[in-house]
Amino acid sequence: MSLLLKHISLPLAHFTLEVDLETHNRVTAIFGPSGAGKTSLLDLIAGLRQAQTAFIQLDDRVLTDTANRRFVPPHQRDIGYVPQDLALFPHLSVRQNLLYGCKAGTATNPLFTFDRVVEVLEIQALIARAVTALSGGEKQRVALARALLASPRLLLLDEPLASLDAPLKAKIIPYLARIRDEFHIPMLYVTHDRLEALALADNIVVMVNGKVLQTGPVLDVFNRPADAGVAKLVGMETIHPGQITEVKEGLVTVKIGHATLTALAPAVAAHEVFACIRGEDVILQQDAAHATSSVRNRLLARIVALRAEGALVRVELDAGFPLHAYITRPACAELALREGENITALIKAPAIHLVPR
Amino acid sequence: MTAEEWQIVWFTAWVSALSTLAILPFGLALAWLLARRDWPGKSIVETLVALPMVMPPVATGLILLNIFGRRGAVGGFLHNTLNFDVIFTWRAVLLALGVMSFPLLVLFARVAFEEVNPRLEQVARTLGASRWRVFLTITLPLAARGIIAGTILAFARALGEFGATIMVAGNIPGKTSTLSLAIFQDVQIGDDSHAFRLLGVSVLLAFIAVWCSQFLLRRKKRTP
Repeated sequence: MSLLLKHISLPLAHFTLEVDLETHNRVTAIFGPSGAGKTSLLDLIAGLRQAQTAFIQLDDRVLTDTANRRFVPPHQRDIGYVPQDLALFPHLSVRQNLLYGCKAGTATNPLFTFDRVVEVLEIQALIARAVTALSGGEKQRVALARALLASPRLLLLDEPLASLDAPLKAKIIPYLARIRDEFHIPMLYVTHDRLEALALADNIVVMVNGKVLQTGPVLDVFNRPADAGVAKLVGMETIHPGQITEVKEGLVTVKIGHATLTALAPAVAAHEVFACIRGEDVILQQDAAHATSSVRNRLLARIVALRAEGALVRVELDAGFPLHAYITRPACAELALREGENITALIKAPAIHLVPR
Repeated sequence: MTAEEWQIVWFTAWVSALSTLAILPFGLALAWLLARRDWPGKSIVETLVALPMVMPPVATGLILLNIFGRRGAVGGFLHNTLNFDVIFTWRAVLLALGVMSFPLLVLFARVAFEEVNPRLEQVARTLGASRWRVFLTITLPLAARGIIAGTILAFARALGEFGATIMVAGNIPGKTSTLSLAIFQDVQIGDDSHAFRLLGVSVLLAFIAVWCSQFLLRRKKRTP
């Protein structure tokens, strides 16, 4: 699959959506806060909305080309769309919803049949029911199946899990992964949840106020955000302004609050920087004074708060600047961490990502 | 009830039904355009359509008389080229009832269309359905109750029309005399028993129509 978006310009209420983008991946996550123009972008791709200027090409087929007045209407685009509110037809049964656009099992798509889709999404038992009698997770799966059965060449998913609670979310994610792996349908996946993006997407497009801030493989973007805006969005745990005071052999000394840290020199020489430190990269140790290790940064820190988050504990520290560490529950118990006590926080120099500001 | 009274009731009922049927396609088309599209002059058309609802019916009748009379633009053309007369015939009754009940139908149908979530229509398009198929299989069924309720009320409005009808159709017994026209005339000439019998029929018809439309609107609210 290749999706090409060029010269896209669409004035919205508070900003203009401007996108130039090319993606060849199976699942591309469009990541950004609500109101970033993500849904408008999906509407443009599906042909539900017209831009001032746009060039949209899916594989070898030009769908929109405002310069040459070309516009393929939405019902001829072969693009499946699952909107945030799912839009199941309330006056039709589940079966009638599924059959509304069904092309599966015909000559155009021998790859997956009605029965296969229903089986993969485990909705056999729901088929005779009324749409209004379904639970949130069931509606989700029916909406996905309905879109799949129309044999799309691209699937647009608009925050498909946003309305579900965490346990249900965890149940639906494997279904989405199965769609990705079994039916080989490329997806554009709008989300503002980093876990969803990590679980499903190969590539990520970070969007704010109608502009693309960064694109790339998910881990690259999460680990190496291009600027502080992206870093804040993708959930880099601490982002702090600092000053580089010394540069020596590829390493820099950076002053953050009252602390002084050693980090790798940023790609672009700078004096004023944002230091981004992921909570997962902060190690906590008792009695670190006696130990020697390769870790460059040892910070005496006071434990401000402990918060349980699933299997992890988020430890909020005051290390001369506010710092967070993510550790497992057993580690927390073993270290006998208590609020108000002191501990040593260890951070490897390469784990501190400096972004020029 | 005498044969003459039955004739009046029957004439009123079928000419009302026919006028409602005649305005239905135009009313639905206009209501859809008002609900789903933005176009230049929309607010003007919106206002014009609503006018018969607030103007004195007699004034609306006078306008129709001037347009469809033999010296009017449309009436003159019809008379001279097709030898077809509207004014003071049953066709004038049909015209007056249609114009007077049109705003009610458009009002209700428009609200019914607006209440259909546009996302449903959009998703139907992405599932491969043409505009027409979407209208027939998604929009129309979901708006059906509101549309039927509006149609019934338009019919009821037609049943009771007086002012515009008397201007363009007069009150010709056996030809253009409707329930309201006949009641008015009976009271004027002091034939009270005749008037009361027709009054009873009017109340009954109006009651059934309003009750049906309210039943439909209430059921619509209950289903999400």
